[in-house]
Amino acid sequence: MRAEKNNIFYGIDWLLVFIYFLLVGFGWLSIYSATVTDENISFFNLTTRYGKQLIWIILCIPLIIIILFFNSKFYERYASVLYLFSLLSLVGLFVFGKNINGAQSWYSFGSVSLQPSEFAKAFTALAVAKLLSDRQYNLDLLKNQIKAFIVIFLPAFFIALQPDLGSVLIYLSFFFVLNREGLTLNYIIIGVLAIILFLLTLLFGSVQLLIGVFLVLSAIVYLFLRKNKGYFKFNWHKILGLYLVIGLYIFSTSYIYNDVFEQHQRDRFDILLGISKDTKKIGYNTNQSIQAISSGGISGKGFLQGDRTQGNFVPEQDTDYIFTTVGEEWGFLGSTFVIVLFILLLYRIIYLAETHTNKFGRIYGYGLASILFFHVLINIGMVIGIFPTIGIPLPFFSYGGSSLWGFTLLLFIFIRLDASKGYEW
Amino acid sequence: MKRNVLLYAIISITGLVLIGRLFQLQIIRGADHNPSQNAAIKTVYDYPERGYIYDRNGTLLVANQLSYDVMIIPQEVKPLDTLEFCSLLKITKENFGKRFKKAENYARWLPSVFLKQLAKEDFAFLQEKLHKYKGFYIQKRNIREYPINSAANVLGYISEVNEWEAKNNPNFQQGELIGSKGVEKEYDSILRGIKGKKFLQRDRLNKIIGSYKNGIYDTLAVNGSDITLTIDSELQQYGELLMKGKRGGIVAIEPKTGEILALISSPSYNPNMMVGRQRAANSVVLMDPENLDKPMFDRGLQATYPPGSPFKIINALIGLQEGVINHNTHFYCYNGFQYGKRKSEFMGCHCEIYGKPIRLHTAISKSCNSYFSNTYIRIIDKYNNPSKGMDAWSKHVKSFGLGNYLGYDLPDGKKGLIPNGKYYDDRNKYAWGPTTNISNAIGQGEIDTSPIQLANVTAAIANKGYFYTPHILKKVGKNAINNPKFTKPKYTTIDAKHFPPIIDAMEEVFETGTAKWLKMEDIAIAGKTGTAENFVIVDGVKKQLDDHSILIAFAPKDNPKIAIAVFVENGGYGSTIAAPITSLLVEKYLKKEISSKRKWIEKRMIDLSLQDIYNQKIKKPKEEFKD
Repeated sequence: MRAEKNNIFYGIDWLLVFIYFLLVGFGWLSIYSATVTDENISFFNLTTRYGKQLIWIILCIPLIIIILFFNSKFYERYASVLYLFSLLSLVGLFVFGKNINGAQSWYSFGSVSLQPSEFAKAFTALAVAKLLSDRQYNLDLLKNQIKAFIVIFLPAFFIALQPDLGSVLIYLSFFFVLNREGLTLNYIIIGVLAIILFLLTLLFGSVQLLIGVFLVLSAIVYLFLRKNKGYFKFNWHKILGLYLVIGLYIFSTSYIYNDVFEQHQRDRFDILLGISKDTKKIGYNTNQSIQAISSGGISGKGFLQGDRTQGNFVPEQDTDYIFTTVGEEWGFLGSTFVIVLFILLLYRIIYLAETHTNKFGRIYGYGLASILFFHVLINIGMVIGIFPTIGIPLPFFSYGGSSLWGFTLLLFIFIRLDASKGYEW
Repeated sequence: MKRNVLLYAIISITGLVLIGRLFQLQIIRGADHNPSQNAAIKTVYDYPERGYIYDRNGTLLVANQLSYDVMIIPQEVKPLDTLEFCSLLKITKENFGKRFKKAENYARWLPSVFLKQLAKEDFAFLQEKLHKYKGFYIQKRNIREYPINSAANVLGYISEVNEWEAKNNPNFQQGELIGSKGVEKEYDSILRGIKGKKFLQRDRLNKIIGSYKNGIYDTLAVNGSDITLTIDSELQQYGELLMKGKRGGIVAIEPKTGEILALISSPSYNPNMMVGRQRAANSVVLMDPENLDKPMFDRGLQATYPPGSPFKIINALIGLQEGVINHNTHFYCYNGFQYGKRKSEFMGCHCEIYGKPIRLHTAISKSCNSYFSNTYIRIIDKYNNPSKGMDAWSKHVKSFGLGNYLGYDLPDGKKGLIPNGKYYDDRNKYAWGPTTNISNAIGQGEIDTSPIQLANVTAAIANKGYFYTPHILKKVGKNAINNPKFTKPKYTTIDAKHFPPIIDAMEEVFETGTAKWLKMEDIAIAGKTGTAENFVIVDGVKKQLDDHSILIAFAPKDNPKIAIAVFVENGGYGSTIAAPITSLLVEKYLKKEISSKRKWIEKRMIDLSLQDIYNQKIKKPKEEFKD
């Protein structure tokens, strides 16, 4: 035990490391395919995207060594400091940041740019873990709930101002963590219901939906509640209150949608819900990515053989739409393989997190799993046309040093915590 | 519920949803993925040369010439020096804008024709500069060339595939040419060949980055096949010459095969008018509904006329077949035939044999109306009910190919009309009998036939009871056609034994009968002249116009090589115009030239113009047409 304690090499979960390198490797091949041109191929050419990404990947190794070098206690003790540092880096963007594509999300150092929001996720996860692992902390108290919300949504707030709404969405994933640690499920249920009502409002219009909801609720009341027995008690006030809340919500939804949303945001929803069709302008990306993926068939066209990939038909293919390369060149088998890899990774993280006797490690593990899960769901969902266009990267796959390093940081802090679980105390 | 189950469950469900969607996209939808519909692949077409068309003697009728179209793909067009470009193309700036808009409206991502059929000099000049203008390219095409100004309506023309088809039929591109009339339309698939396809991989910016999959899907163009028509170009041209200044149709058929030797429609047009840059302007004139010449209207196929006296031969044959007359049966004629009690119920006759018995032979050669009226009444009255009688008669007539589409291999045609019992049952409130429609006896009344139908009847008579469906295609490449539709005889309902006496009588027409002045010493022609009344409604008043001049004939009588039907609109008696034209055509076909003794007839026919008569039909005062 003493020897192991001093040599974390034995505590590392090699399955996670293995999956990590598989994903990063597959990701780089996809970036290579999406950005290679026939002219002279040189892997370390910094003028090519695949060359740059290769450098980032290689630089991950010292990063990983540094992450593993720190004692796991370090992360718990300095979680708040790291969190504050990350908040400062986000705020600093408004002064020193560089505006790329309309969002002030980057620090630029020569030819290298860093996106602090990619790192903020890891530090927020640490801060949440630190907060929730306190022995005095009880999530049933509203005061504590609000504390947690502030820790989670403070960075989200700064990111929203950049504006980078896609990344903000990721912070909602912390509800899974809170729920695991005892927060009532009601928040998630109400959230999901709100999303469903929102989409239904867009589809059917507010007045029609209101009538529909009224009829459905009345039917439920009539069928189940009028007998005044069981768990639900018949209560006019509650029912009228419910009508009122839903009605207000529906009307405010349609107000926000029509008067607060930007047109391009509305378009994304409209296209997804089939309200309007457009394959040229706004729907172009999704249309092209669906076409490219469909054309892959069962086994794909083969590495470097995807004619849509090679023809650069899908915009942003090496970043947010990297999955189309997998779909087109590796087909159903390849893309299923990638999804299964991600699911395995998530299962393994949750499984390991549950084995932690230390609350901090478990909560951090949950944060990691939730963040990764949201990224995978939203990114692949967008690429295959079941989610609206929300620009967030696919972990370990998408081109970009900040995102790769951010996810590496997230994952390897957990691996470090996991390596020394059980004998650190 | 354990708290960790929720995330496990949601992750699992999400995984299934994502994989399910991929299954839908890649396996269900992916199965019908087609490389030619792939936006990443540019298809380049190599247009084959369209087949040549020859006449039966190997004379070239239709050839090809090169033409260059300027094509445009609007979404690839980059800002350009419009002024210079317009001066290269010799168009105005407004015109440029209009053309560009039109192409854009058609489809931004599809090629469309920007400027048609560039002059050769312009092409050479433009070709060097075109690389500067992105989104424009030149498409080489073959367009038609007609060495002989003849047979325009038979040959037809090619035109651009229509927009709807170009957009919706993947086999066609805008600007592609397909046959749209005559032989060009009928045998388009043979003539067109198969275009070659080359698939090129391109990137999002439409830059070609190489051949798609090393060209494994590429195909080579297959040239169209040459075809040989049954037309005898010399006869055709000669017939067109004789029809100068006249309206009408002539159809000549080889009875032994059903091959159409000549299909003349007059007035016609120079087929070269439908080629090249003047085409649009020309076609407006040619297709103008106000143009009473109707040059695009094939009078050999599409015009229907009452057949007049030649139809008497069919009635005679039916009478013989039905046994209601024989060669000795005689009727009397008193300058006509009183078929009813009222004074108006009288049919006049020009046979000039008053009160003497007339037998079949004389009746045909002198074209006696009374004889055939009596015959017709006997045919109908043989059945105890006039409707049944009409049906029997109608069946015989239709067996000659009348009253319905003949089934020849040209896209235009008319059914004509041969009434049956039901036709009159529907139209007569009260009882009717053969005298109700007595005009049918002499080929007037309801009967309506086209020249080609009548030529076919003549061929059936020449063959003594059968015919081959007339056709225009003789060979594809070097192979003679073997379509049973055209190589198997069709039999009429008349027995062969009834024909010889009729044919003898038809010979008499050119010996001592209505056309005796055209008798030739060395060619025995059997024929029948006709004159069909026709009317036009002017200002609500039915007005009789000059009669149509009609003739059917075949020759030589004992070994028929040509059967012919001639209609000349408003030409008067059959013997005055149709008969000389027929005899000249027969002589031309059989002897290759007109004997010096008959040159005067030729000259007279060429010089004869009926234009003054046609002009009368235009009731509007002439002044209105001045400019």
